[in-house]
Amino acid sequence: MRVTGSQLVAEILLEHEVDTIFGYPGGTILNLYDTLYEYRDRIRHVLTAHEQGAAHAADGYARATGKTGVVFATSGPGATNLVTGIATAFMDSIPMVAITCNVPDALIGRDAFQEVSITGITIPITKHSYFINRIEDLEDAVRNAFRIANSGRKGPVLIDITKDVTADTINYKPGKPLPLSPAPSFSEEDLRSVASMINSSDRPVIYCGGGVAASHAGEELIKLMEKADIPAAYTLMAAGIVGYDNPRNLGLLGMHGSIAANKAIDQSDLVIAIGARFSDRVALNPNKFGRRAQKIQIDIDNSEINKNVLVDIGVTADAGEFLKALLPLIKKKKRTDWVEKSTGWKNTTGDIKEGDAALHPSEIVDVICSNTDKETTYVTDVGQHQMWTAQYLRYDPNNKFLTSGGLGTMGYGYGAAIGAQIGEPDRRVIHVTSDGSFHMNMNEACTAVSEGLPIITVIMNNRVLGMVYQWQTIFYGKRYSATTPERKTDFPKVIEAFGGKGFTATTPKEFEEVFKKALKEKGPVWIDCVISEEERVLPMIPGGGTVEDMIIG
Amino acid sequence: MDDKIRKEVISILVDNHSNVLTRVSSLFGRRGFNIDSLTVSATNDPKLSRITIVFQGTEQALNQILTQTAKLEVVRKITPLDKKNSIYRELLLIKLRADKTERSAIREIVEIYRGKIDDLSRSSMIIELTGNSEKIDGFMDIISCYDILEVCRTGITGISRVDEALME
Repeated sequence: MRVTGSQLVAEILLEHEVDTIFGYPGGTILNLYDTLYEYRDRIRHVLTAHEQGAAHAADGYARATGKTGVVFATSGPGATNLVTGIATAFMDSIPMVAITCNVPDALIGRDAFQEVSITGITIPITKHSYFINRIEDLEDAVRNAFRIANSGRKGPVLIDITKDVTADTINYKPGKPLPLSPAPSFSEEDLRSVASMINSSDRPVIYCGGGVAASHAGEELIKLMEKADIPAAYTLMAAGIVGYDNPRNLGLLGMHGSIAANKAIDQSDLVIAIGARFSDRVALNPNKFGRRAQKIQIDIDNSEINKNVLVDIGVTADAGEFLKALLPLIKKKKRTDWVEKSTGWKNTTGDIKEGDAALHPSEIVDVICSNTDKETTYVTDVGQHQMWTAQYLRYDPNNKFLTSGGLGTMGYGYGAAIGAQIGEPDRRVIHVTSDGSFHMNMNEACTAVSEGLPIITVIMNNRVLGMVYQWQTIFYGKRYSATTPERKTDFPKVIEAFGGKGFTATTPKEFEEVFKKALKEKGPVWIDCVISEEERVLPMIPGGGTVEDMIIG
Repeated sequence: MDDKIRKEVISILVDNHSNVLTRVSSLFGRRGFNIDSLTVSATNDPKLSRITIVFQGTEQALNQILTQTAKLEVVRKITPLDKKNSIYRELLLIKLRADKTERSAIREIVEIYRGKIDDLSRSSMIIELTGNSEKIDGFMDIISCYDILEVCRTGITGISRVDEALME
């Protein structure tokens, strides 16, 4: 069948069961949007306020549903506005296909209106990218984009198509998605060495990361914890995998991690890193991280082995596949003393309350938990509120926790929440943000209103740029440079003006009342929660430090 | 792994597309690896090119280069070319100020190194020399007592002596 380049893109999206995309139209991508009009009964296009919001929405959609997030943008500023969203997905290994259109091929390289080399700009933040100026190359590029985005360590792929190609025609024969590249294979010897190290260890600790989530290996992980009686600490990217109630849960690891998690790593004789990369927010001092321990690292990305911390055994493998094969070789063993000792260090950060406000971050998260179930998706922005949410949430493994871990993108939250809610309309989506982060992307309220999304946004409003303010308090002698903006934003009024509903809360009781009201709303709700600017995220290990440098209160 | 800084030659077989060199070299740049030299050349397969990179770093850095580069979609194969089992060659073109009084002495040196005089004018000459880097360095050392006007070195290209070809 003879199709245009635009129709070819739409057909291949359908082959990959893409029924939802996020984006923003413009001059060079007009042909593709004209085709979307034709396919509107099969492909839902969600228009955002800004391309960055669209990229974060595609990312949130991918994290929530496990499918590939797809985002469209026009050339020039449309494409550059995607950059932060693509980089966010890249750092957190989220499968995404970004399709941009560029000026017609005849104008390429002439600094034409809205021309930018987006493939050049995105080389460092994509797994791969395609610049397509011949229709013969289009089909391969789109098919391979989906293969690459989902193979091995997942991530974003960008396809930049010149406008003439979107109008040109070619013969198209329906096809199937390309098979994914197989996960790296591991040897019997790898399995036996890892098993014997675990079996002979007295004080092992599991350190699990986003690779466990990406591989859907939570169940296997918990089986290993139970069979060998091993406590587990998790990174931000694996928050929720080990349920809050799990007796072997040590909590969040790293800079703002729990005392138990950090101390257990420090005291252990074997660190088992699964799908984790010893980042500088976890292994704050790479030379002293787990200094008494032998180290095992299992990661699907070969280049992560020995990148930040040298390990005794590194295995390149999919976390789930490896754990499944490993479990039969693991001896059932009780390590009661070690588990009791390490989990006994669990810190009661829930009691840390600072400043003179009547509402504290831990109380906000507590009310959210008490009024939502295990089928809830929590989304955060970036900063203090993100850490408080990660620390205090009483996760169930069925909960989903969406957050920008690697890139730490302020402004990620609302777009991601919109993507998550669109991907799973029946799930409750709670978006926790702060006045600082939210000022970066609250414009997406118009999208939530247009689409009728019942996302509840909880704003931890301390009127300062809290995380930087906290560092200035602790390390810069309270010299508050550019963190006290004296903004007068009335959040409830803003959301009312957008066409949603707004509330304010100054006490836990008030917050619970309005949160319950918010749960009954059909559209977006914002709850402005007034907290003190003196609240800090604790505990805290300063960059480069160890558990001994931990600031507790 | 030891922390010794070593010099490594890496041979990379890549797709012969536009932008491929940018992808490879920008990876080196953003990961903080120093490239001493880089050559790109055609192979017997028109779809593939060969990049030869010389870089200095620790064993850990080398390992990172190999694994990070291997992740690029355009990279078909990547292998370090170890010194024992490989042949490295480099081409030098050098322009010297030389009048008739100096010509014969220079010619003698060029002959010892099995170089070639490519061009001659009243006041200068251009010499061509091929060899491994040590030979070129040695020649440069000797010739530096003359007035050097311009130097071009291609950087190393290399091939493994092992029978198995570095193909896909």
